[in-house]
Amino acid sequence: MHKKVIFRGVALPAALLLPQLVITGIFFFWPAGQAVWSSFLREDAFGLSRQFVWFENFTDVLTDPNYLTVAWNTAVFSASVAVLAMGAALFLAVQADKAIRAATAFKTLLIWPYAVAPAVAAVLWLFLFHPQIGIFGRALNSAGILWDYKINGGQAMTLVIIAAAWKQVSYNFIFFLAGLQSIPKNVLEAAAIDGARPTRRFWTIIFPLISPTTFFLLVVNLVYAFFDTFGIIHALTQGGPGNATTTLIYRVYVDGVQNLNFGSSAAQSVILMALVIAMTAVQFRFIERKVHY
Amino acid sequence: MMRRTILAGAVALGLSTPAAAQQQPIEIQFWHGLTQPLGGMLEQIAADFNASQSQYRVVATFRGSYPETMVAAIAAFRANQAPHIVQMFEVGTGTMMAAGRAVKPVHELLAETGVQIPFDDYLPAVRGYYSLRDGRMMSMPFNSSTAVVFYNKDAFRRAGLDPEAFPRTWQALEQAARRLRAAGVECPMTTAWPTWTQVEQFSAIHNIPLATQGNGFGGLNAELRINNPLMVRHLQNLVDWQREGLFRYGGRDGQGDALFPNATCAIIFGSSGLRARIQREAQFPWGVAMLPYYEGTAGAPINSIIGGASFWAMNRGPNATRSAAENLGIAQFFAWVSRPEVVRKWHVDTGFLPVRVSVFRALEAEGFYRQNPGADIPIAQLMRGGGQMTENSMGIRLGGFVEIRTIIQEEMERAFQGHQNAETALNSAAQRGNVVLRNFERQNRQ
Amino acid sequence: MHTTQALAAATRRRQWRGRALAYAALSLGVLVFAFPIWMTLVGSTHDVGSIGRGDVPLWFGPHGVENYATAWTTGGAGTRNTFVVPASSMLLNSALMAALIAVGKIAISLLSAYAVVFFAFPCRMLAFWLIFITLMLPVEVRIIPTFEVMVNMGLTNTMAGLTVPLMASATATLLFRQFFLTIPDEYVEAAKMDGAGPLRFFRDVALPLSVTNIAALFVILFIYGWNQYLWPLLMVNDRALETIVVGLTKMIGTGDSQNEWNTIMATAMMALLPPVLVVVLMQRWFIKGLTETEK
Repeated sequence: MHKKVIFRGVALPAALLLPQLVITGIFFFWPAGQAVWSSFLREDAFGLSRQFVWFENFTDVLTDPNYLTVAWNTAVFSASVAVLAMGAALFLAVQADKAIRAATAFKTLLIWPYAVAPAVAAVLWLFLFHPQIGIFGRALNSAGILWDYKINGGQAMTLVIIAAAWKQVSYNFIFFLAGLQSIPKNVLEAAAIDGARPTRRFWTIIFPLISPTTFFLLVVNLVYAFFDTFGIIHALTQGGPGNATTTLIYRVYVDGVQNLNFGSSAAQSVILMALVIAMTAVQFRFIERKVHY
Repeated sequence: MMRRTILAGAVALGLSTPAAAQQQPIEIQFWHGLTQPLGGMLEQIAADFNASQSQYRVVATFRGSYPETMVAAIAAFRANQAPHIVQMFEVGTGTMMAAGRAVKPVHELLAETGVQIPFDDYLPAVRGYYSLRDGRMMSMPFNSSTAVVFYNKDAFRRAGLDPEAFPRTWQALEQAARRLRAAGVECPMTTAWPTWTQVEQFSAIHNIPLATQGNGFGGLNAELRINNPLMVRHLQNLVDWQREGLFRYGGRDGQGDALFPNATCAIIFGSSGLRARIQREAQFPWGVAMLPYYEGTAGAPINSIIGGASFWAMNRGPNATRSAAENLGIAQFFAWVSRPEVVRKWHVDTGFLPVRVSVFRALEAEGFYRQNPGADIPIAQLMRGGGQMTENSMGIRLGGFVEIRTIIQEEMERAFQGHQNAETALNSAAQRGNVVLRNFERQNRQ
Repeated sequence: MHTTQALAAATRRRQWRGRALAYAALSLGVLVFAFPIWMTLVGSTHDVGSIGRGDVPLWFGPHGVENYATAWTTGGAGTRNTFVVPASSMLLNSALMAALIAVGKIAISLLSAYAVVFFAFPCRMLAFWLIFITLMLPVEVRIIPTFEVMVNMGLTNTMAGLTVPLMASATATLLFRQFFLTIPDEYVEAAKMDGAGPLRFFRDVALPLSVTNIAALFVILFIYGWNQYLWPLLMVNDRALETIVVGLTKMIGTGDSQNEWNTIMATAMMALLPPVLVVVLMQRWFIKGLTETEK
C-alpha cells in the first residue's frame, strides 16, 4: 500500500494535493452536500422562499407511480443495453481471437465507435430511423409497419437501446479480446485433445475463465446505461412518448431544470447516489474474488 | 459582478449631474427565445431603438428556446445577475406572476417612470392574458399568436368538398375527414401543439373552464377541470379517429408542423404563426379557417386565447432592485415596441398577430387582408364573441404549467397508443396536474 | 491411419469453417458499425430538398463542399435552421475544452498521486479516500447543485466553468498511484543519495517514466472531454461558447422550422471526426489507457 522509501516533509505533499482537494471540495463535496440539503427543502423557482419539509420529497418521489415506471424503464433499458452490447462484443471478440489474417485491421475498424459521443450516436441513428427521411424508417413504413418513434413508446425504447448498445460494443470488445487472449493456450489445447467441440470448449472453459472480465463489464455497462446515455435520450426522444424512454437520470434533469422542482430533483439525485455507491461497492467487492483454475 | 457594481455606480454618478449625462449609454440586457429568422428581426427592433436615442443601449441575446431562456433567467436571478428584460412564453406567465419581487410589473414601471403606453388599443385577449384581474398590466405583450386551422384545398376538391367552406363544427369535420380518407388522403387531420390546440384553445372557445378560479386568474388554489364531459368526449373522438385513420397524432410541441406543408396531412390545427412556413413550402393551394366547435354546446363558439410570449422586467436579484435610470430605459423600450409602425412591421413580416386594434383596422382598410386571404382569420377568431371574454376565455394562469402541459401530453400519448381511454387519461392528467398546482401553491405562499 | 486422416480432414474443414465464420462475422460487425456513419457522410453531400423529401441517397452527391463550407462558416442558411452557430467556433470550443480537461486532470492527478505515494504525512490516507470517493458519483448525479454552485460563482458561460469541475475525478490519480508504486525503491534511494529533493526526483525520474501512461490517459480524457453532453448543456447558453456535441443536437430543433438536414449531417461528421481520429491514430495508447484505468 505504501512505499518503503519515502520523502520527508508535510508542506510539500500538502501543496501537491491542494489542487485536487480544492476542486474536489468545491465541485464535488459541496454540491453533493447541497443536493442532500436541497432534498429536504421545498422552495419556489426564484429561491425567494423555502421550507424545510423533512423527508416529504423522498416519500413523494418513492410513492409516485410514475417514478416507479421510470425506475422500471431504467432497469429494462440498462439490462437490454448491457446484454446486447456485451453479447455482440463477446461474439465478435471470439471471432477476432481466431488465428486469421487481418485481425489487427478488424480490431481497428471495430474500436472507433467508442470515440463517438452518445449524443452524436443518437443523431446518426436518428438519420437512419426517422419516419420521413431515414432509410430504415421509410422502409418500415412502406412495409406496412407504422413506424414513428415519436408516437410509439416501444419503438422509441428500441431505438434508444440500439443507439446506446451500438456505441458501447467497442469498449466491451476491447476488454473481451484482452480477456480471451490472456487465457493460456495449453488449457484450450488440452480440452481440444480431449475431444471437446468448440462450442463446448467455449461454455465450459473459456466463459468461466473470462468471468471476472464479464462481471466487470456488466457493472460498467450498467453504469453507462444509467448515466452516460442521457445524451442519447435527450437527442432522440426527450424521454417520450409518454415517459416511455425516461430514465432515472433523465427525470432528475427534467424535474430540476425544466420543471424547476429543485427539492424533488435533489431527492431523486440522492436516491441515485445511494444506488451508484451500492453498485460501485459491489463491483469492488466482487472484483477482488477472481475465478481461477 | 464587480464590473456591474462599478458600472451601476458610475451610472448613478453620471445621472446625478445632468451635464455629465452624455456618458456611455446604459446597457439594458434583454434575453429572448426566438430562433432564426424571427430572432434576427427582434434584434433589429432593438437596434432601431438604440439608434433612436443615445441614453440606453438594449443588448438583445438569444438564450435558447423559451423553456431554456426561462431557466437561464431564473438561475441568473438567483445569482443576482438577472437580465433587465426577459421574453417569457405564455406558459410561464403563472410562474412569473407569482414571482413576487423577482419581477417588476409593467404598471408599476409605467407609474414610476411616467411613460405612457396605450393598452386600451390592444386586443382584449392579448391585454387580458398578461394583466391582473383588475386590468393592471404585469408584462409587455409583444409576439402573440392563436390557434387556427390550415387545410389543403386540393385535397378538399379531390374529395368533392367545397374548398372555400371549411366545416365549422366537429360533427361536420368528421364527415369531411371520412370523405377525404375515402378519396385516398391517408392522413386527413393532424395537430401541432396538442395540448394548446386540443385542450386549452378547445376549452376557451367552448366557454368551459380548464381550471377553477377562472383558470387560475383568481388565485393559486385553482384545480384542474380538464376531465369534464365535453373534453373527455373530444379526446375519445381523437383517439377513435386515430384508430380509424382519420386523425394522426403528430408529436409534441411543434413537431406536427412538418406534416402539413409537405402534403402528408390535409388538415392541421396549429399556430397562426405557421402561416409563414406554409407560404414558403406548400406546393398546393391552402386555406385558413377558425377552429371548429361541437354543435350543441351552450355558449360556443367564443374567442380563442393567445399563445406566444411577452416581455417581463426583472429585478437583478433577490435583494437588488434596478435604479430609476434603468427602469426608465426598460419603460422606454417597452413604449418603443408598442409603436404602431413596430407592431405593423412585426405582424406583416412574421405572421404573428397585430396586437393593436388600430393597426389591424388600418391594414384592413388598406386591403392587406384581401391580398393575404386568411391572415385576418386569427384576429377575427380572437375577437369572436364581441371582444367580451368570459373567465374561461381570458387565458390561463396556472403555476408549473410547463410541467402540467407535459403531463397532459404524456397521458394523451398513452391514450393514442391504446393503453388507456380518454376518460382515464384526463382523470389521470387532472390528478397529476393538481399535485403540481398544490406544490406551486405551497412554494409560493409569501 | 485412415481414421486419423479422416479426423485431421474433419478438423481442417471445421477450422476452415470457423475462419470463414470469423471473417463473415467480423465483416458484418464492421459494416454494422460503419453503416450509420456512411449514411450520414453520404447525406452530408446532398441538398436539403432531396433529404427532406425522403429520397435517401446511398452514394455521394454534388453538394459536399458547399454543405461543409456552410456548416463551418455560418452553421446554416438561417432560413430554416433554428440554431445558427458556425461549426468552426463550436469545434474550437470543443477542442479547447477537451484539451483543457485532459491536461488539467493529468496534471492535478500526477501531483496528487505523487504526494500520496512518496510521502508519509498525517491524514495521508484520509486525503486518498477523499479523492477515491469521487469515483462513486458521476457528475450527472450532482448535476443541479453543481450547476447552482457555478451560477453563484459566476462561472456559467465560461470556459473555466466548463472545464474545472470535470477535473475533480479520481481515475487518473488511481492510475498514476498504481504506476508510481511500481517504481523500484532503488531509484528513490539513488536520488536521495545524490541529494535530490522530491521535486527533482519528480521532474527527472517519475515524470519521464510516466510518459506512456500520460499519453494513454490523454487519449481517454480527450475523448471524455470532447463527448461531454449534460454539463455543457447546463453551463452554456451563450452561443459563442457552444460545443459541437451539444450544438449538433440543438440544431435538430423541435420542428418549429424545418431542419436543414444536410448541414446537420455535415456538422455531425465534424463532431465525430476528431475523437475518432485520435483513437485510430493513437490506438495502442488508447487500448492501454482503457485497460490500465480499469484495474
